[in-house]
Amino acid sequence: MSTSTDTSTTTTTRSGDPDGFDPDGDDLDFDFDGSSIKRKHQLGTIFLGLCFAATMVGIVALIALLADVLLEARGWLTWEFLTYPPSQIAENYVPNNYGELATGPGGMYPMIIGSIYLIIMTAIFTLFLGVGAAIYLEEYAPDSGLTRFIEANISNLAGVPSIVYGLLGLAVFVRAMQTGASLIAGALTLTLLILPIVIVQSQESLRAVPDSMRQASYGTGATKWQTIRNVVLPEAVPGIMTGIILSLSRAIGETAPILMVGAATTMFTPPDLTDPTGSFGAMPMQIYEWAKMPEAEFQHVAAAGIVVLLTILLLMNAVAIFIRNKYDKRS
Amino acid sequence: MSTEPIDLSRNGNDVGTIGDRLARYIFFGCATVTIATTLAIVLVLVNGATDFFSTVSLTEFFTGTDWSPRAADNPSFGVLPLVWGTLMITVGSALIAIPIGTLTAIYLSEYASSRVRRVVKPTLEILAGIPTIVYGFFALSFITPILQQIYPGTGTFNAAAGAIVVGVMIIPMVSSISEDAMSSVPDSLRNAAYGLGATKLEVSTQVVLPASLSGILAAYVLAISRAIGETMAVTLAAGALAQVTMNPFAEIQTMTAYMVEIGTGDASVGSIGYQSLFAIGLTLFAMTFLMNVLSMWIRSRYREEYQ
Repeated sequence: MSTSTDTSTTTTTRSGDPDGFDPDGDDLDFDFDGSSIKRKHQLGTIFLGLCFAATMVGIVALIALLADVLLEARGWLTWEFLTYPPSQIAENYVPNNYGELATGPGGMYPMIIGSIYLIIMTAIFTLFLGVGAAIYLEEYAPDSGLTRFIEANISNLAGVPSIVYGLLGLAVFVRAMQTGASLIAGALTLTLLILPIVIVQSQESLRAVPDSMRQASYGTGATKWQTIRNVVLPEAVPGIMTGIILSLSRAIGETAPILMVGAATTMFTPPDLTDPTGSFGAMPMQIYEWAKMPEAEFQHVAAAGIVVLLTILLLMNAVAIFIRNKYDKRS
Repeated sequence: MSTEPIDLSRNGNDVGTIGDRLARYIFFGCATVTIATTLAIVLVLVNGATDFFSTVSLTEFFTGTDWSPRAADNPSFGVLPLVWGTLMITVGSALIAIPIGTLTAIYLSEYASSRVRRVVKPTLEILAGIPTIVYGFFALSFITPILQQIYPGTGTFNAAAGAIVVGVMIIPMVSSISEDAMSSVPDSLRNAAYGLGATKLEVSTQVVLPASLSGILAAYVLAISRAIGETMAVTLAAGALAQVTMNPFAEIQTMTAYMVEIGTGDASVGSIGYQSLFAIGLTLFAMTFLMNVLSMWIRSRYREEYQ
């Protein structure tokens, strides 16, 4: 018998074993070809091996990426790196040179502060717009064409490349609204970028609140807004917060949008939170600047910057997971 | 819910304090921000591109094979080299992510125990959460040196390294969405096939795969759309030399990388360089928009409904 799948399926059908493996095959009264089943088992093992190997590719790539960054950064990530402004001279970043420098060591302090300010402002805008839109879509919106259009539009916005949001920010906030290459322009651009994700995740959290709770609230005579404010939102807040923090951790690593908006690369002082129209630097922008420098030293400096960025990302994710787990225990 | 006479959650009591009457309109306002965003993107891109096309003809832009916008005496604006660069990265990364992502999804959905799945799936999704600038650095400091050892003619900037890191980046997109689609295939289908004597390999490839095809294809299209719009990794890894080449180890420039080049430069408002940003941006937006619509269409057109 050939090993073609169709014929062998017929054989194993008659043998009556779900796995096509029949140890007592010899008591069957039809022409039984054991080698075909063996062949199928071998194929199955090979396929499983392939699938497993493919899964390992992703995991090995992740390990290689993290190991590469950590090895390149080793010895270059110092306290001075976190507390001093950047420098254009590669020697200034070498820890051994710190003692004999006229200008002080090089670091990324203004960019760390810049990124944190950027994320705080983005968080405020996103919180109001994202949760507001989610409340409308889940609690108020009628099942109409307009609602379906809004939802289809949101899922399309989630697929627009981030650099296009950068162009939007450049043309609308920087030029038309004349905010310049400022902290507020960067924060508004990042807000629009993560808004679709935040809305979808907030909608899911609102949907998870059981209808019986709303009914109970209406039953006590509460109005719709009172119900949303006092019953639905408190119940959905942990899920909403988790979604927002995870989206913000995406925003903090985005380079292309803030690059188009005009984030500065040689900032020696952190931006001023009281003056949101001032210029700003941010971590991913500075990492890009370092990574494209030809000198070998700057590769290590870029790696050190990446370690700082990934650490902040990790902390944000840890907070999100902490909130989610705490919420899970209560329910 | 059949026990409810009226769905109060949808049309609850809206009268009362000013807050009650205002709330609906404020929240509706928040929702319209998303529509305003889409409108603004289209307006900004079309407006900028119109300025650009008043200087450069559509024919030159879409059929020209020379992209040298900064040539002093005779600048040329043929977008094909940039589209070609984007295409090389997209096809290369799809060749990596689609087989690996699909096999990973089959492993996670059909073979792995639930404990393995609970560890491996979030681990792979970390790949999607790493900032793209980090992938660019990874390509420069790890992938390209390896490629240079295998093939000594590889340049510092090359399309292959860009395609590899973008491929790795979109693996979790393919594997997670495909795995969700495969997991939603009901076990009764698998058991029916087992009952006919099919092996696990046959069940996976001839029952589960066809049954979840719409979700898997939608995942492919989304991943490809993401690769088209990918910016920072490609800019760092593949370089800034717009050319049509078949050599994957040569330097290229994608549409997004050109936008970064102009964005970091100091093109003044109204200059042809500044306007070209919007023409390229519009082309990019149109391409990803079509891919997103295609993905939605596949999902609704070929969806298999199971109880």
